[in-house]
Amino acid sequence: MSGVAVQQAGFFDKPAMKAVVAVVILVATVALIGGGFVFLRDVRTAGLLTALVALVVGVGGIWALFYSFNVLADLFPPAIRDKILPYVFVFPAVAALGFYIVWPAVNTIGLSFMDRFGNEFIGLENYRFIFTNEAFLIVLRNTFVWVLLAPTVATALGLLVAVIVDRFSPLTEKILKSLIFLPMAISFVGASVIWRFVYAYQPAGGPQIGVLNAIHTALGNDPVAWLTIRPWNNFLLIFIMIWLQTGFAMVILSAAVKGVPKDLLDAARIDGAGEVRSFFNVTVPYIQGTILTVLTTIVFLVLKIFDVAYVMTSGQFGTNIIALRMYQEAFVQRNFGRGSALAVILFVVVIPLLVRNVRGMRKSGD
Amino acid sequence: MSDATLKKAIVKPSGVAGENRTRALIAGIPARLFILAIIVIWTVPTVGLLVSSFRTPQAIANTGWWNGLARFTEWSQWTLANYERVLFADQMANAFFNSLLITIPSTVIPITIAAFAAYAIAWMVFPGRKIVFVIIVGLLIVPLQMALIPVLRVYTRHDINGTYLGMWLAHTGFGLPLATYMLYGYISSIPKSILESAHADGATPWMMFTRLVLPLSIPAIASFSIFQFLWVWNDLLVALVFFGTRRPIVTTRLAELVGSRGQTWHVLTAGAFVTMVVPLIIFFSLQRYFVRGMMAGSVKG
Repeated sequence: MSGVAVQQAGFFDKPAMKAVVAVVILVATVALIGGGFVFLRDVRTAGLLTALVALVVGVGGIWALFYSFNVLADLFPPAIRDKILPYVFVFPAVAALGFYIVWPAVNTIGLSFMDRFGNEFIGLENYRFIFTNEAFLIVLRNTFVWVLLAPTVATALGLLVAVIVDRFSPLTEKILKSLIFLPMAISFVGASVIWRFVYAYQPAGGPQIGVLNAIHTALGNDPVAWLTIRPWNNFLLIFIMIWLQTGFAMVILSAAVKGVPKDLLDAARIDGAGEVRSFFNVTVPYIQGTILTVLTTIVFLVLKIFDVAYVMTSGQFGTNIIALRMYQEAFVQRNFGRGSALAVILFVVVIPLLVRNVRGMRKSGD
Repeated sequence: MSDATLKKAIVKPSGVAGENRTRALIAGIPARLFILAIIVIWTVPTVGLLVSSFRTPQAIANTGWWNGLARFTEWSQWTLANYERVLFADQMANAFFNSLLITIPSTVIPITIAAFAAYAIAWMVFPGRKIVFVIIVGLLIVPLQMALIPVLRVYTRHDINGTYLGMWLAHTGFGLPLATYMLYGYISSIPKSILESAHADGATPWMMFTRLVLPLSIPAIASFSIFQFLWVWNDLLVALVFFGTRRPIVTTRLAELVGSRGQTWHVLTAGAFVTMVVPLIIFFSLQRYFVRGMMAGSVKG
């Protein structure tokens, strides 16, 4: 460490030399990023050259920027440098967060009180419309059912699987868990295509190539266009979310289940509690904190995910949810006011979670 | 005899233990059936997709994929043409390339920025560091939807909409709270003595960061990289809003195929599988980091 420091000090000994080098590096970096910015903004075809420039500017640029500012800060005596440097290190993060989250969030709240173009103040009109319009009430109802069902079922299934496979041999347990966890790797769009295929429908007489209708017709029923059956089609969409999230719940809860002291379980058994009772009286209370975390995490995810409804039904047949409707209002109908109001509703629902997060962190001493 | 059974045998008279074992076995049957059902439901749909993607359009339309599997040796039903079609005629190859081009910088840039910030917050003394951290934790929870409209308006005004640059920066901004939070947790737990002795040896903050903190943080960086890579790769919303569909990426292309040709299953199954290849490779090759990243990333806003 010290050897290197001496070496560097020797090379850039004179402050004037250092200053020149620092300025040259900074100018080169700014030119690289600026030039790359203009180049990438104007070129809109993805050739190999673009890709190369893109990777150099995107990946190299950010490092060069930090480096050149560091060289600049090094011009000052260490005491002053150490005062400047933290801001150099933190600034890009703060700037990006400010521009991409904090400012837009505040702006969105403002827009939610404006008309569709974001020009005229219309008070609570967007909210009044959302909470009285019949189509929107169905959207709110569906979202409520999603939030109620997907997290609880996924968590319950995940917990059951975790507890049961815990008894199997470690290898079996590992394989089974991998299979259930696998959907976590798949995009929501990909998963939706998988399940569209399961729910596929042909009019009676045609070959049923979807698994669900194949089973249904094999039992002597007529084929059903599942995705159009209101309101039950909502459950078919929600099930996809459960399919995707059970693995998540299982992995977290499995770790928690393994942490339940054996003594407690043995004691319950000696007291004559069966498997089921010791599960409910010992395991569940012991890991209830983890269960709550898993539940809130999935609630939070379910609120924001629009992909499943978008791909399965585009929100038709009474299956729309807030996240999808927000996308449609804001980016298809270009009604920024109403879209913002829907975003704000999502945000308001997760505020308790935000408060809990910040409080929990304060408590942990940081 | 394992420790656990030994303990049970001591605790309980053998007759009761034997009876218990029989009871456990009977009680175990519903549990096993349950697991079996779950495994079937969790794997069969994906298998059906994969099998179908290799069947000819006629075969897919006329018989269920399970029939195809049952009559596996009817070779005429199997084909690779679906992939050829979806990759080239339906632009999936192009989409794949574009997705990589968006995903790689969208992973490297936020993790770099976050690592610097996390290091500063954890180990450098400056007024406001606690406030910065509290704000970042709060931002973890802000739904993406809150940011889309204003950012899009700025993008449109400055003609950044539909560019790679716009996508990288957007994913950087949206990924930063989680990246910083995760890396902070890891970097702040590096033993103080290591950093102090480096400081005593005359290391500058830059050297401590690049030669000490970064190498030590590789596990956290790996976990987050995998999470962010998959998140961006699988993202549909940010891509639809800021990139549009004129140039395809895997998710927007697949969603478009569903919209325009929702019943052409030979295209959809092969297309879906193309979008899933990269995540599946990562899943099977880096499972430990994958699970860790997914767990840590579950709070992303």
